[in-house]
Amino acid sequence: MDLLYFAWVRERIGLPKERYETEAATVNDLIEELRGREERYALAFSDLSALRVALDQELSEFDAPLAGVREVAFFPPMTGG
Amino acid sequence: MAIRVVVQEEPFDFGAEAEGFAAGRTDMGAVVTFTGVVRDVSGTLATMEIEHYPGMTQKALEKIATEAEARWELGEVLVIHRYGRMGPGERIMMVATASKHRGHAFEAAEYLMDYLKSRAPFWKKESGAEGASWVAAKDEDEDALSRW
Repeated sequence: MDLLYFAWVRERIGLPKERYETEAATVNDLIEELRGREERYALAFSDLSALRVALDQELSEFDAPLAGVREVAFFPPMTGG
Repeated sequence: MAIRVVVQEEPFDFGAEAEGFAAGRTDMGAVVTFTGVVRDVSGTLATMEIEHYPGMTQKALEKIATEAEARWELGEVLVIHRYGRMGPGERIMMVATASKHRGHAFEAAEYLMDYLKSRAPFWKKESGAEGASWVAAKDEDEDALSRW
């Protein structure tokens, strides 16, 4: 799947997009995996209340299943308008 | 009913957009427009950079506009939102609603603004004398959704 990062999540991880293969069943499982990769991921995912997730470009929840999902995006709460 | 959603980097012509919106719709008695402008809160803002999620932005805005259409009697809806770098006083975005009656046009415009603030994938970063920082979402923006 493709992982996308926006705003300060992108800055903390240091890249906007990456390809990532995972067996994670849910977004929470995926986050747990990513946290274990490197310090910069642990830092970016340290406070989930400051994060939002979109699955295939639809806002979603952290307990949502990942089966069939091709694009996961992580970003802070949005500030449009 | 027509919905038009535009996501672009370049400035838009507010006068021309307002003039052309719902033009010729003689069944619409009320047009409401709202414009969001880059505000220099501290007096030190140099630029505001708006990042967005290209694949999702258009869809998210269309979804919000479609929900507004389902709730109120609207003849036309327009949403324009910019991304990229802009300076203080520049227009960031606008919404316009047209309805038979002003109540619907006003409420729908407020609804669009409330949802656009916290459900459309835009992030603002301010740069100025004190460095650069991401604008934090406010609790009240999230709370504003509960009234709908």
